[in-house]
Amino acid sequence: MITILTRRILSLIITLLAVSLLVFSVMNLLPGDPASIMLGTSASPDTLAALQKQMGLDQPLPLRYLAWLSDVLQGDLGNSYTYSVPVAGLIVERLAVTLPLALMAVVLSVAIAVPLGVTAARYRNGPVDFLIGLFSYAGIAMPGFWVGLLLILLFSSHLGWMPAGGFPGWDAGIGAGLKALLLPAVSLALAQAGVLTRVARTSVIEVMGEDFVRTARAKGLGEGAALWRHAVPNALIPVVTMLGLQFTFLVAGAVLVENVFNLPGLGRLAYQALSQRDIIVMQNVVLFFAGLVIIMNFLVDLAYLVIDPRLRAKAQ
Amino acid sequence: MIANILRRPVLVTGLVVTLALVAIALLSLVWTPAQPSKMQILLKLKPPLAAGLLGTDHFGRDLTSMLMVGAWNSLSTALVAVAIGASIGTAVGVFVAAQRGWAEVIVMRICDIIFALPPILSAMMLGAFLGAGRFTAILAIATFMVPVFARLTFGAALQIWTRDYVMAAIGMGRSGMAITFTHVLPNISNQIIVQVTIQLGLAILTEAGLSFLGLGMPPPAPTWGRMLADAQTYLGQAPWLALLPGLAIALAVLGFNMLGDGLRDLLDPRDRN
Repeated sequence: MITILTRRILSLIITLLAVSLLVFSVMNLLPGDPASIMLGTSASPDTLAALQKQMGLDQPLPLRYLAWLSDVLQGDLGNSYTYSVPVAGLIVERLAVTLPLALMAVVLSVAIAVPLGVTAARYRNGPVDFLIGLFSYAGIAMPGFWVGLLLILLFSSHLGWMPAGGFPGWDAGIGAGLKALLLPAVSLALAQAGVLTRVARTSVIEVMGEDFVRTARAKGLGEGAALWRHAVPNALIPVVTMLGLQFTFLVAGAVLVENVFNLPGLGRLAYQALSQRDIIVMQNVVLFFAGLVIIMNFLVDLAYLVIDPRLRAKAQ
Repeated sequence: MIANILRRPVLVTGLVVTLALVAIALLSLVWTPAQPSKMQILLKLKPPLAAGLLGTDHFGRDLTSMLMVGAWNSLSTALVAVAIGASIGTAVGVFVAAQRGWAEVIVMRICDIIFALPPILSAMMLGAFLGAGRFTAILAIATFMVPVFARLTFGAALQIWTRDYVMAAIGMGRSGMAITFTHVLPNISNQIIVQVTIQLGLAILTEAGLSFLGLGMPPPAPTWGRMLADAQTYLGQAPWLALLPGLAIALAVLGFNMLGDGLRDLLDPRDRN
């Protein structure tokens, strides 16, 4: 197990380094010098030269990458050009919105998908299965940002039950914060739930046909007990894997949904950085998101090895 | 064959929705009820049937015409992006399956890296330098599709490489390239077709997201995503502006997903569940 773990961690480090190189290359090799992009066309040559020096753009490219990487590893992500504050602080501040939002979305999607998937598997090929199938098709097809607009239309404009957007901050109380995140989380969760429902259904159907479930039934266990006690726990492994794989889409969805609901999260920060041409912020937020996706996949991989001894044997 | 297709409601629904979308997109090239960029301020924010079939937007532009042209803009961007991503990804996947060894390790790691960057984020990075537009959107979506197809075709091709007839071909001294073209590609083409269909849906969804953020085709070209972004301001006043483009996106994605599932069912009975 330790050998596998070491190998996986080494591979994780290489992947993270490669991603940092990719993000750095895109930001520095594409036509256009980051300093002139940030300052726009009206900047004087002196200002431009000063910013180029401040950003280290007068140094050779490999040196710049190494300097940037060593700064990143020490937690120094540079200063935002627009906000004049350290980028690391900005990311931590915005994470206080994005992280709870993503967590709420994951919890909601699992809470919707598992019962639906199991029910669809139990009554497969019947009308209930058909209706749940329709739900999951719709969930996958509806863009999260559109679902967000529809939810605002219904719960804010018409019923007036929920805020239409914005975030009061956690200082206003956990209740108020969670309330502001509820509609955005539902918008993000529906698409995830659509995918997860299908995975859960397929997986439960497969496990229900396995020998140990058949044995449990032969020993006199009812259909429901065999399903919930034996099939569902085993069927959850693919659901967890899919949850990890879907993380990329959750991140992408968060960028859009945060913009719909005007939430001061990381996605909105990336978008604002783009419109303000704050390349330093953008480079770091993109790197942060990519790193998060990679680490998430690594953790799922690891969880998989812990849960399923068969895979552990195979990996050795 | 036709009877076989008609017996599958998912496939038929997907086919009908997709064909309707393609027909509307193609029709928009030669005819729309009105000029989609023509502003008529006096007719602004008219609900469906009050002015034109589906009403007008905040500039008094005809929503039906905008949605029709939007269908073409969305579909053509998605098609080009998926075509590029699928071609490169498939070429890489079958090449690596034939080579194995270090090529496999390196390519699969590169796939992991690209996969970690959601197209929305790579489009933002690219957009900062190259400017927003169709090219940026296509580049971002296609880049994300490459690892999707590379992984799929690699896995599928590996299975073919273990078959007896491939062993026989190797024994007869045929080259890896020849085996790839005569045995591997024809045998995995069904899986590629299914994946292309499903990824088209995803590409439409991503293109809509990019246009929503202003990273898609620039105005005045109507895109479904930007129509939704514009609708945000008039949500209480003119809800149909938010309902219709979203419905168009959802229907298009639904159509491609159902078509993909239906085709998988039809072409690859082993995958059926």
